[in-house]
Amino acid sequence: MSILEHKGVWVFAEQRAGEIQKVSLELLGKGRELADTLGTKLTAVLLGNNVKEMASELIYYGADEVILVEDELLDVYITETYTKVMSKIIKEKKPDIILMGATALGRDLAPRVSARVHTGLTADCTTLEIDEESKHLLMTRPAFGGNIMATIICPDHRPQMSTVRPGVMIKQERNEERQGEIIEFPSGLAKEDVNVEVIEIVKEEKQKMKIEEAEVLVSGGRGMRKKENFQTLELLAKELGGLVSGSRAVVDAGWMDREHQVGQTGKTVRPNLYLACGVSGAIQHVTGMEESDLIVAINKNPSAPIFELADVGIVGDVEKVIPSLIDELKSVKVAKEKK
Amino acid sequence: MNFNLSNEHVMLQKLYKEFAEKEVKPHAEEVDEKEEFPVETVKKMQKYGFMGIPFPKEYGGAGGDIIAYAMAVEELSKVCATTGVIVSAHTSLCAAPIYEFGTEEQKQKYLVPLAKGEKLGAFGLTEPNAGTDASAQQTTAVLDGDHYVLNGSKIFITNAGYADIYIILAMTDKSQGTRGISAFIVDADTEGFTIGKKEAKLGIKGSATCELIFENCRVPKENLLGKLGKGFGVAMKTLDGGRIGIAAQALGIAQGALDETVGYVKERRQFGKPLSFFQNTQFQLADMHTKVEASRLLVYKAAFNKGNNLPYSKEAAMAKLYAAETAMEVTTKAVQLHGGYGYTREYPVERMMRDAKITEIYEGTSEVQRMVISSQLLK
Amino acid sequence: MKIIVCIKQVPDTTEVRLDPKTGTLIRDGVPSIINPDDKSGLEAALKLKDELGATVTVLTMGPPQAEVALREVLAMGADRGILLTDRAFAGADTWATSCTLAAAINNIDYDLIIAGRQAIDGDTAQVGPQIAEHLKLPQVSYVEDLKVDGETLILKRMFEDGYHMVKVKTPCLITTLKEMNEPRYMSVGGIFDAYREKEIEVWNLKDIVVDPTNLGLKGSPTKVKKSFTKGAKVAGKLYEVDPKEAAKIIVDKLKEKYII
Repeated sequence: MSILEHKGVWVFAEQRAGEIQKVSLELLGKGRELADTLGTKLTAVLLGNNVKEMASELIYYGADEVILVEDELLDVYITETYTKVMSKIIKEKKPDIILMGATALGRDLAPRVSARVHTGLTADCTTLEIDEESKHLLMTRPAFGGNIMATIICPDHRPQMSTVRPGVMIKQERNEERQGEIIEFPSGLAKEDVNVEVIEIVKEEKQKMKIEEAEVLVSGGRGMRKKENFQTLELLAKELGGLVSGSRAVVDAGWMDREHQVGQTGKTVRPNLYLACGVSGAIQHVTGMEESDLIVAINKNPSAPIFELADVGIVGDVEKVIPSLIDELKSVKVAKEKK
Repeated sequence: MNFNLSNEHVMLQKLYKEFAEKEVKPHAEEVDEKEEFPVETVKKMQKYGFMGIPFPKEYGGAGGDIIAYAMAVEELSKVCATTGVIVSAHTSLCAAPIYEFGTEEQKQKYLVPLAKGEKLGAFGLTEPNAGTDASAQQTTAVLDGDHYVLNGSKIFITNAGYADIYIILAMTDKSQGTRGISAFIVDADTEGFTIGKKEAKLGIKGSATCELIFENCRVPKENLLGKLGKGFGVAMKTLDGGRIGIAAQALGIAQGALDETVGYVKERRQFGKPLSFFQNTQFQLADMHTKVEASRLLVYKAAFNKGNNLPYSKEAAMAKLYAAETAMEVTTKAVQLHGGYGYTREYPVERMMRDAKITEIYEGTSEVQRMVISSQLLK
Repeated sequence: MKIIVCIKQVPDTTEVRLDPKTGTLIRDGVPSIINPDDKSGLEAALKLKDELGATVTVLTMGPPQAEVALREVLAMGADRGILLTDRAFAGADTWATSCTLAAAINNIDYDLIIAGRQAIDGDTAQVGPQIAEHLKLPQVSYVEDLKVDGETLILKRMFEDGYHMVKVKTPCLITTLKEMNEPRYMSVGGIFDAYREKEIEVWNLKDIVVDPTNLGLKGSPTKVKKSFTKGAKVAGKLYEVDPKEAAKIIVDKLKEKYII
């Protein structure tokens, strides 16, 4: 295989029930940058059934062209049908780079595709750059529970495949002026390709906002001591107009839902304020929140690693400091109203 | 000579630690505070084979050795001494004498369910007037046809009320003194056998400690354990083995208090630095750790001897004496190093200190252990 | 039903610390554990053994020390433990690893292959799907619930915002989530059996049929160019004051940053 034949940056545009996932738009932002560096095209690949309308959105967010594959058999995601179509277009069009969201779908599809087309795949990248000399994609990701960062290359195989978690890259401004080409591609699928039958699709009621989208996060760690103390955190979050999140330890202890977990095995967040209460700051937690604008930490242990990261550190008992903080916030509010 | 644990023992330790940490520790405070017998924990221990560790598989046991058993009591006691003594009393004081002295029928009928953990065991020797002087038994057993009729009472009986099977010592012939004592296996539901007053205690509060009352309690003749008139020997041999369990319990309590303290002194700051930076703290911890390790060697040595049919009476006494006194000393120091917080229920060391004291008293006081050791030395 | 469970022995990454002075990883004394997602997969298999009399074979690839992980699964109730170990396998990325495991699986009779979703040391979630591809099997990943109906599996496949209930015919491969169940402990008797009565089968390169160019570091499409620890951010100010004072300090800072 001559790797030089491979050209172009692709972003897999993940859609679910006709909705483009935010991560795909973020990847278009990053993909645009990579394509410009390489002087090549940015292509979005959109698979589904009756999804044509979304194609132009992908162009508005930075794609030069969209490869569109529509088929009834692509209506609901199944590993085999999506893998078959992706592998077929990859073999035909020979892209240099493919980026996919590290979602429950992308992390199922990407490895299967990489195995089929015999290329390397790097999961959950946090930085993507082009090596100036070799023009290889430098894929940097946390490993060892976030304790180290590793830069991975895929020197002899193409395409270079990478998944990226939601919230890591930044999408471009939507621009309806942007023009691009939509290329339709036949799926080539037959009924026999459907080797898994989806018998029911259940959407679960979610809280209104996801922690990745919150501007203020009040985060509790093992130092909160017990589940009941999280009610106080809820009060504090309410005062600040934010949400409550937590460390892996409190999720493992059953004090909190996994959806609210920040860190290497949870969510990556970058709120304006991250208020860490009784969070020691284990490295796998830090990985998920270190990009926050303002970090305030309350911990009774002055040598807790979280303080190395915090802009403001309070050495104290969360059970005492948090109620005081709630009172202080309330009195500030009252003072404002009086004015 | 090899001081390394075998691969099996390393794996067992991993199991015990995980189980203790996840299933026992979260309830320890409540068990103590509410004085609640941890019924659910006992069920879980049954499921994973904790209740019959040193007995052969054909009798429902796990097929393990005495060290494996002692390690279980140690790890459980590290987080909850109540749970430790439940296993110890059940295994050493009830299942073990049936295994050592029982007939094949008795083993099938009683040892199998005990070793499987389907039934819980207890042991009744102590009476209001027969404590350290166990020979002063007043409970009597009189043969009447196919039954022995038991009358009298026992006190301070561990697992009482929750146990299904009891080993009971009683006088079958008062004129013979200690040679008139016999041992019996008594089912909990035998008519004439009731549970009396429950003791309120300083420590191991979740362990049920009660009085047993026998009023014309008719026990089938075939439930005589060992030979007629040989009960005192059964009891003494049983206590020799039991001491390994209690020594392991004391070792566990001491280790648990040490672990808590090491964590605390690194976190707690006074005069601008962690307590662990002060030489007093360092020296205290060094002494505590050394004594805990010495206890462990004595406990494992006694367990090794028993498991390998070597003499172990003196070894068990030395292990219990030293581990119990170490537990008391280490837990006291642990509270001291915790300062005011150590005296509060916010930290577990005060519970450990209360729990430690009993190890110097039951299954032979420290004074009795010294008697056992010196009598063998001066023999 | 014949089940193969693939497990990985991993360092307990929650116990890993960085040396504050050098910024390097302290690996000493970090315990090795069975990867949590894999352990849940094993528990699912053992439940099927309890309910349907399935046989459970556990396969792992790793250094000779990974034998301990297999003893552990035997002590939990697995029937057979196979350790795939050879210098030729070392340094493999997920592609080469899955290729090697698939070759070993070709030697074993199975209806269902279970792998944990992802390992905590790499967090890639790639090996399971890649094994399925090498073996040309249907795959369902992110499984949180599993029922067997003859030769069909009914699975709860999780997504971020809900789940799919899916049906798939055996043979197939599934990857399991830690949330699926609470794995049982080893039993005391099981530990004695694992060491005294059962054997770990050790397979080397010569025991499997595989293209040697697909193995180990050489057979890996991806390479590690460099690894590093993150530079520390300059720490802010630390206050050791009473709760009221602390609340004021925080509120002032929030005002300064226009958060309130």
